[in-house]
Amino acid sequence: MRAKLHLILLCLAMVAMLVACGAEEKKADEKADVQTGEVAPAGKLVLGVAGAHSGDLASYGLPSVNAARLVAAKMNAAGGVNGMQVEVVAQDDQCKPELATNVATKMVSDKVSIVLGHICSGATKAALPIYLESNIVVMSPSATNPPLTQSGEYPNFFRTIAPDDAQAALEVSFAKGLGLRKLAVIHDKGDYGMGFATFCKEFIEADADMEVVLFEGVTPGAVDYSAVVQKIRSSGADGVIFGGYHPEASKIVSGMRKRDLAIPFLSDDGVKDDTFIRVAGEFAEGVYATGPMDFSTNAIYQEALAAHKAEFGSDPGPFFPEAYSAALALLTAVQNAGSTDYDKVVEALRTQYVDTAVGTIRFDAKGDAEGVGFAVYQVQDGKYVEIK
Amino acid sequence: MDYFLELFFGGLTRGSIYALIALGYTMVYGIIELINFAHGEIYMIGAFTGLIVAGVLTALGFPEASILVIALICAVIWSASYGYTVEKIGYKPLRGAQRLSPLISAIGMSIFLQNYVMLAQTPDFLPFPALTPQFDFMKPYSAVMNSSELVIVVATIAVCVGLTLFIKYTKLGKAMRATAQNRKMAMLVGVNVDMVISATFVIGSSLAAVGGVLIASHIGQINYFIGFIAGIKAFTAAVLGGIGSIPGAMLGALVLGLTEAFATGYVSSDYEDVFAFCLLVLILIFRPAGIMGKEKTQKV
Repeated sequence: MRAKLHLILLCLAMVAMLVACGAEEKKADEKADVQTGEVAPAGKLVLGVAGAHSGDLASYGLPSVNAARLVAAKMNAAGGVNGMQVEVVAQDDQCKPELATNVATKMVSDKVSIVLGHICSGATKAALPIYLESNIVVMSPSATNPPLTQSGEYPNFFRTIAPDDAQAALEVSFAKGLGLRKLAVIHDKGDYGMGFATFCKEFIEADADMEVVLFEGVTPGAVDYSAVVQKIRSSGADGVIFGGYHPEASKIVSGMRKRDLAIPFLSDDGVKDDTFIRVAGEFAEGVYATGPMDFSTNAIYQEALAAHKAEFGSDPGPFFPEAYSAALALLTAVQNAGSTDYDKVVEALRTQYVDTAVGTIRFDAKGDAEGVGFAVYQVQDGKYVEIK
Repeated sequence: MDYFLELFFGGLTRGSIYALIALGYTMVYGIIELINFAHGEIYMIGAFTGLIVAGVLTALGFPEASILVIALICAVIWSASYGYTVEKIGYKPLRGAQRLSPLISAIGMSIFLQNYVMLAQTPDFLPFPALTPQFDFMKPYSAVMNSSELVIVVATIAVCVGLTLFIKYTKLGKAMRATAQNRKMAMLVGVNVDMVISATFVIGSSLAAVGGVLIASHIGQINYFIGFIAGIKAFTAAVLGGIGSIPGAMLGALVLGLTEAFATGYVSSDYEDVFAFCLLVLILIFRPAGIMGKEKTQKV
């Protein structure tokens, strides 16, 4: 009898949950209707925000909507942009390319002036041609796929986040600056480490002065890496670039130093971790590692964080600083250009510096933000110190 | 030629590391036909004990050489008591059960010990101090082999020789061999089988503890998960050599270590495991019981 009761209660609970879910979905739909129902009235500057606002990846997209609203509110309070009040219109693409094209078409027909988005690289790529036809400037806080800017196909596209290969590009140019010419590139066969190492290899091969003398993956967690160390030595490399995380890095670097192999060791963000210094100890000294630039002390970032907490009562999600910066950069560019004219806005974005939450930036000819991304750190006296 | 020698000594060290752990697997399997998956965790607990003891002794200002010896002794005692307890709790109640039950129990023990150390200590990587002394006479050869590697190789050889003599000539050793051949018969002639099995676990765990301290001091870092990967490789070595056979485990470990080193050196470390496991498959095709294993006729 009790078992039956439990079963019935369980069924009831499940039904209740389904009803609750359904109600919530309906609410979300209504909200979306309200948003899409807003059409740009004259005398207003419409800032479109596109990205995943529902579905699995909503947590990446929603912070950009909040960021845009905060920046718009700030600008409007100060008299608007060129006397126009800024209005934020959000459109959901769920990070799906097929929905992203619909969103782009809707944005164009809604007479949106500028677009903050999209969030995912795939969706961004699908939407960009439509914006380009209508001369709309698009700025993404999160699409890191390198060709989006580097292919040169989308002169209307900008981003406030560094592309995937920026870290590798910095690493290789830094190695060149150190005078290294023959590099051994080692990775841990993982997505992150191998991806980084492959980018490094491509950049080194593209440089006529440098060559890759060894490109190998090691097995994470193996008991010893002495064979790989011997191989690095016999390859005649004058420097090692490692893609991966700190446990392998500390084993390889201490193996090298114990075998009197004193060539420079360069690595990535997975190694720029204090655990690496603690574990590798004296062997960590002099190791270089790239890592994201630190903007936590930036005044605008602090202000944005405080505004988010005051307005929404919570901490912002991922890509919030980038999105805040993108909204700020877009609206400031319109202000500097004196109008929403495409050529003038693009010109302003490329020539004038703007203070944002990720630092003082402007955009290069391809659309990547200058002064955003990664820095090189070196272990000095048991601490990572930013260099150059 | 130099390059060959460098790889050879690298492989020798690696093989010695595997051998120290593989001996425990093979001894337990020889006696009760159980693959003791918790053995890698005993190795890890040995390393942690060594780290804690070494930390305390360094703080108290003990001389360097005595730290290694005391850390080793403490690790051996602590790990041996774990091995003894694991057998009593996890395997003894299942002695008459089907073969699968103690195997599952062993996997459970392994997961339990890993998580226990993770919660009681830390999920992070910890630095392990270099406890082995740096010999001056090894300096000219530092490109090929350093002091800690020499200590591991010498310790492994000493342990292997000692263990072989022990099994061959002592009363307990003879009792172990008798139990391995036929447990029921051994019981009938008056061998205390329970005691023999406990002794096997204690000896196997002690060897793992010695390995844990020496290897951790060589690698320089430990965390709660090191036992799993080292255990898998050591288990492979034991199977390669013929599980249940002590010289087989040593030989298997050596073959595995050298194969990996040469595969890395002459082909690519991307394929290190591929070569190691291809070798295992090949050997098992031609000698299903492993290199030194004895074929048993299956009774139907």
